[in-house]
Amino acid sequence: MATEFVARGSDLDLVGIRKDFPGFTALDHLDLHIPAGEFFALLGPSGCGKTTTLRLVAGLEEPTTGKILIGGKDVTASKPHERPVNTVFQSYALFPHMSVLENVAFGLRQRKVDEPLKRAEEALALVQLGHLSQRRPQQLSGGQQQRVALARALVNRPSLLLLDEPLGALDLKLRREMQIELKAIQMEVGLTFLHVTHDQEEAMDMADTVAVMNKGHIEQMGAPEALYDRPHTVFVAKFLGQSNLFIGNVSESSANSISIEVAGYKISVPKDRAEKHTGKVAIGVRPEKADLHQQKPAPSSSENLIGPGEVLDIRFTGVSNQFLVEIPNIGLVTVFEQNEGNSTVALGDQVYVSWKVEHTFGLADLPDSVEE
Amino acid sequence: MAFAAFSGSSEKSSYKVPRKNSTKVALALLLPGMIYLALFFITPLASLVATSLEVPDASGEIGRYQYGFEIGNYWYVIQTYWPHIARSFVYALAATILSLLISYPLAYFIGVRARKWPLIQKLALALVIAPFFISFLLRTFAWKQIFSNESWIVTTLQSMHILAPDQYLVGTDFMVIFGLTYNFIPFMTLPLYTSLERLDLRLLEAGGDLYATPAKVFRKVTLPITMPGIISGTLMTFIPIAGDYINASRDFLGSSGTQMIGNVVETNFLRINDYPSASALSVLLMAAILGLVVFYVRRSGTEDLL
Repeated sequence: MATEFVARGSDLDLVGIRKDFPGFTALDHLDLHIPAGEFFALLGPSGCGKTTTLRLVAGLEEPTTGKILIGGKDVTASKPHERPVNTVFQSYALFPHMSVLENVAFGLRQRKVDEPLKRAEEALALVQLGHLSQRRPQQLSGGQQQRVALARALVNRPSLLLLDEPLGALDLKLRREMQIELKAIQMEVGLTFLHVTHDQEEAMDMADTVAVMNKGHIEQMGAPEALYDRPHTVFVAKFLGQSNLFIGNVSESSANSISIEVAGYKISVPKDRAEKHTGKVAIGVRPEKADLHQQKPAPSSSENLIGPGEVLDIRFTGVSNQFLVEIPNIGLVTVFEQNEGNSTVALGDQVYVSWKVEHTFGLADLPDSVEE
Repeated sequence: MAFAAFSGSSEKSSYKVPRKNSTKVALALLLPGMIYLALFFITPLASLVATSLEVPDASGEIGRYQYGFEIGNYWYVIQTYWPHIARSFVYALAATILSLLISYPLAYFIGVRARKWPLIQKLALALVIAPFFISFLLRTFAWKQIFSNESWIVTTLQSMHILAPDQYLVGTDFMVIFGLTYNFIPFMTLPLYTSLERLDLRLLEAGGDLYATPAKVFRKVTLPITMPGIISGTLMTFIPIAGDYINASRDFLGSSGTQMIGNVVETNFLRINDYPSASALSVLLMAAILGLVVFYVRRSGTEDLL
């Protein structure tokens, strides 16, 4: 086998990928570059094509058009066993007829690596399962099976480790623990991780770069902080956290900012935080960036202000209070306030909502329900 | 045993121990089955063993025997019929291996490849079972016609000098093994199908992902996981084939040179009325098969089936 195995990760490049299945197109115009050693997350709802992307990289599916390069080498035509890639499957896919140790040693034996059992023992020790190496996978709990699957992939030191929702079957507490562990292992071994998930918290928590996928293409890609702070599309604004969106025609345009007119209110956004500067645009703000006021604050050019509106609902979540305010002619606006123990806003109160212009973002598209 | 084997299941049952009251109910429910087994299995078996030890009647009349304890009957049948015993097991082994080689790809197609097309899968399964709708005897006889001395197959083979001008197919070892293989393929295919149908294809993907070539994946993953199906399939064919007497019979595909234990038992019971010899042979066949099966299952590491 001519495959070279390197201890360091490799770059992954997807160039112009399209994947058709009978009756539908799973991926279209997909271009992706993942630098070596990065923890990269593909985030999206089910059916968005993220698992298909992973299977293409693993070689389990063939792209209809396009190229896949690992470490600069074209592997589009290579069979799965020829690619320097290992996968942690969503179902774990542990071999039921082998012990845990033999499962982990399987890849090493195929590549005729020296001392496969010793290396497998070491990999099991890394995931803290050394004491269970003689068990059958069926005898382990879900979390333990997940770690065996991880060890079975990691032990091969692949250029690229693919993780297909590996934490999906675990309960919340175990999932959080495994997220921390997985991130620590990735830092330790320095491999390139491609992680597929529909859990936005998981993606933001673990990944260096997140690509949000929707309907077979990448909507937006970047560091988690950047994606959250400045979503470019309605899908990203809604899928990654929560957003309050306002739609209106651009009524004013200055050198630095544009303003839209919504139900008599003027809402401004800096030009460099807006994707679209003319016509009908959607402008948004994150709920935790907005503030509630029981008295009308003095208007300021650096603040957007709407209201008054009625507080319809208050949800106490411990860390924050979540208020739902109905502003006439605009609709519902969500505001999160840090629980500092001094909130006096009650249900039914009339309140104003304000936020800094610099926290506002302008989107490239409009919600499906709004006409152009 | 065979039925447990047929299901292809290797999971150990883990029922909870029933409480006292339900033990009585369980015993009551078991009773009809126990009575049935005692009447129709234990009794005939004891009778068979007793007959195998009988000695000729003092009157000397042919076909009349009296109770005795003649172990010598066993020595007699082994000495007289050892070629038939050996032939039975060689035929059974050959036919079992051939059916496995034919059935595995067939069952793989139906159970794995045809999953995408449920209609084709069901149709193919129906076709495997379809021969059962026609009598076993008729089908075997039809093969005799197809391979008869005047058939175009034989004349063609003769004209191509594959067969000598005075060489025929019916009555040869080949013909009997062919018939046995043909008749028992469904018994091999069905247990193989049940285990292949449940094969998790994601395991095969994992094998490929871990650098195993498709051939290695088959050998290291598919084959071991479907081993329970292979074991039950081979048992379901080997056991009945070893005792078969239709295919090797002179009236069907065999000749005097292809007689198996079943044929000898039939001749002794029905034609020369030598009941002790026939019984001794039956007991021997049973013991030999039982011994082989236990050895086989132990070796293949699937004791759960027993």
